[in-house]
Amino acid sequence: MDVKAREKKYSKLVKKKSPSSELFKDMCRAFVVGGLICVVGQLLSFYIESFGLKKEDVSSITSSLLILIGALLTGLGWYDNIARYGKAGTLVPITGFANSIVSPAMEYKTEGYILGVGAKMFIIAGPVLVYGISASVIYGVVYYFMK
Amino acid sequence: MDFTMLFNAFWVGGLFCLLAQILIDKTRMTPARIMVSYVVAGVILTAIGVYEPLVKFAGCGATVPIIGFGYTLAKGVVKAIDESGLLGVLCGGVKGAACGISAAIFFGFVCSLLFKPKAKK
Repeated sequence: MDVKAREKKYSKLVKKKSPSSELFKDMCRAFVVGGLICVVGQLLSFYIESFGLKKEDVSSITSSLLILIGALLTGLGWYDNIARYGKAGTLVPITGFANSIVSPAMEYKTEGYILGVGAKMFIIAGPVLVYGISASVIYGVVYYFMK
Repeated sequence: MDFTMLFNAFWVGGLFCLLAQILIDKTRMTPARIMVSYVVAGVILTAIGVYEPLVKFAGCGATVPIIGFGYTLAKGVVKAIDESGLLGVLCGGVKGAACGISAAIFFGFVCSLLFKPKAKK
């Protein structure tokens, strides 16, 4: 067997073996960690609900608190450790949105407070806002003319 | 306490994360792309009426994942249009999500001022 054929066979083997088992492990971790963050959110919202607030206010306060928690944990450097274990489980919840703001903002502090912190904090949050808000405006136009 | 809701929040929220993990591993989508597509998906799913029932069913399992941000935007737009007509198209989305956006910007800003980045291991 020549070298090329062997390499091909080997890379096929690697492809077959490693990603699927890695993927399965990652999937389980993402599921559990992401699920647990949502449970924390749910517990918070049960607690806030007990003060007898409006339903919309409850969900606003819950989101804000989770964002605060995500931002603090990122600042302390703990969120990265959780993220290394929980992968997408830490990315998808709203705490991951906070993480995506604090992480580059801290990193680029050396470039100053305006173009460093102020600008780089939107490196991921910016696109999220751009596409989210644009989608909502388009939906608004459709809704206005369809109703 | 409503334990069914807690359980539903766990597995629904978990499934959204699991799906994102598959997308990252299989299609090599970057985290930024995942978040953007999730938010847009949230707006679309709310528009076609799928997401509201899911929020009722799973609570924070549906609102805590970033798709819930799209849901909040879309819901805000509808509410504002019902109240104030065409102007709501522009005001509604951000009005609905105002709390979250301000919290993210302000807390994010303060935390990045207070803390120093840790050395990467």
